[in-house]
Amino acid sequence: MVHFLNQVGAILWKDILTEFRTKDAITSMLLFGLLVILMFHFAFEPDSLETEKYGPGLLWVTFIFAGMLGMNRTFAGEKENDNLQSLMLAPVNWGAIFIGKMLANLLFMLMAETVILFCFSIFFNVNLVPRLGWVALITFLGTLGFASAGTILAAVSMNTRMSDVMLPILFLPVALPAILGAVESTAAALTDPPGEALGFWLKFLVVYNIIFITLPLLLFDYVLEE
Amino acid sequence: MWGTFQPSGGGTRMSEPVSRSQDMKPSVSHALCTLVLVLAALYAAFIYASTEMTMGEVQRIFYFHVSSAWTSFLGIFLVLLFSILSLLKGSRNWDIRAAAAAEVGAIFCSLVLITGPIWAKPVWGIWWTWDARLTSFFVLWLIYMGYLMLRRLVESPEQRARLSAVFGILGAMDVPIVYMANRWWRTQHPQPVIAGGENSGLDPAMRVALFVSLVAFTSLYFYLWRLRCSIEELQDSEEALHRRFQSMS
Repeated sequence: MVHFLNQVGAILWKDILTEFRTKDAITSMLLFGLLVILMFHFAFEPDSLETEKYGPGLLWVTFIFAGMLGMNRTFAGEKENDNLQSLMLAPVNWGAIFIGKMLANLLFMLMAETVILFCFSIFFNVNLVPRLGWVALITFLGTLGFASAGTILAAVSMNTRMSDVMLPILFLPVALPAILGAVESTAAALTDPPGEALGFWLKFLVVYNIIFITLPLLLFDYVLEE
Repeated sequence: MWGTFQPSGGGTRMSEPVSRSQDMKPSVSHALCTLVLVLAALYAAFIYASTEMTMGEVQRIFYFHVSSAWTSFLGIFLVLLFSILSLLKGSRNWDIRAAAAAEVGAIFCSLVLITGPIWAKPVWGIWWTWDARLTSFFVLWLIYMGYLMLRRLVESPEQRARLSAVFGILGAMDVPIVYMANRWWRTQHPQPVIAGGENSGLDPAMRVALFVSLVAFTSLYFYLWRLRCSIEELQDSEEALHRRFQSMS
């Protein structure tokens, strides 16, 4: 177990190092997320009531579109110079490769989301501070599910002829329950007092995460195999 | 070296193409049986079952709509089953079966999404509503399409089998979750257009018509599925023969 965690840590650290040398993924996710928010503003020009109604949905659509941008890059970098080949030849459990990659995705997405969330609250004048704990928990749980399902589907679509097009087509239907859970729980957390639905949708997100972390972990070996 | 032309028992692996290609070809009796059942279902739906009082003739689409819905669920379940078997056994046969199950399932799922609005417009007054069932079938259809598109975009057959099986399993597991999520969601929001369950208080003649239609569609599904599998097997053996003649000349 400790050995496995060490392997996960090594993969994660490798991805963090390469990411922080270029900062490509985080920067592109962040800028793209801000652009989506800008587009929303021009498309809908919401007042404060509309923001309350559509804000959580807007936020999560932004998160997932921005997140996909980052996930597309997870394995794209590994394809160059056959890095993936050497990763597979390394004496590591392939499950550790999956968990490491997933955690890296989770980390980068969370970092971009933190900034997007901050900008969102300023642009649309939503005070997140009293509910920061709930929002942080929901963001973490929702993003965890995205990262897990997204990482394996990024690995699947990497092997197709149109990898960047295939990821959204495969990923969005699978991510749909998580989007619903995240939007509903965010909406419930932002009402005053927090809605009853909050606990239910948080549990739902936990169950979704358990399913969509276990399954990809079991299936990941078949994706890498050549 | 001529030995591989002989029929061999057991499953055929991808690496050793064998000319025995008609494993899955549907029998004539299956075809006749399906034909009789489909005619019986048409008779039951259009003549035997009485006309519904409030909805009128358009209600008759219900028998085919529900039957298509059942076969598209059956389809995704078979995709799940054959995908798991394909990953565990690594055999081309299971991959063919999963792919055929998805293709035929996608046809029936499209039928659900076409027949539904035709019925909904005169009865509900709208083509579409984001009800749990409608949404789930829309997502199911997108998963079918994603699966079929994925298969087209992967070059190597071995890799195609593995990747599509992985997506088949994830996609199939997603369908019940989407359905439950939507149901829980909708129960917390009032849903004005949907009446109680359609099965509540179904006329006996209608129940017979529905049952015949369900059996007929299931038979039709398996007939088309076997036909699709046998086409794939024929293509495989054609390719194997082609390679053999190329290596001989």
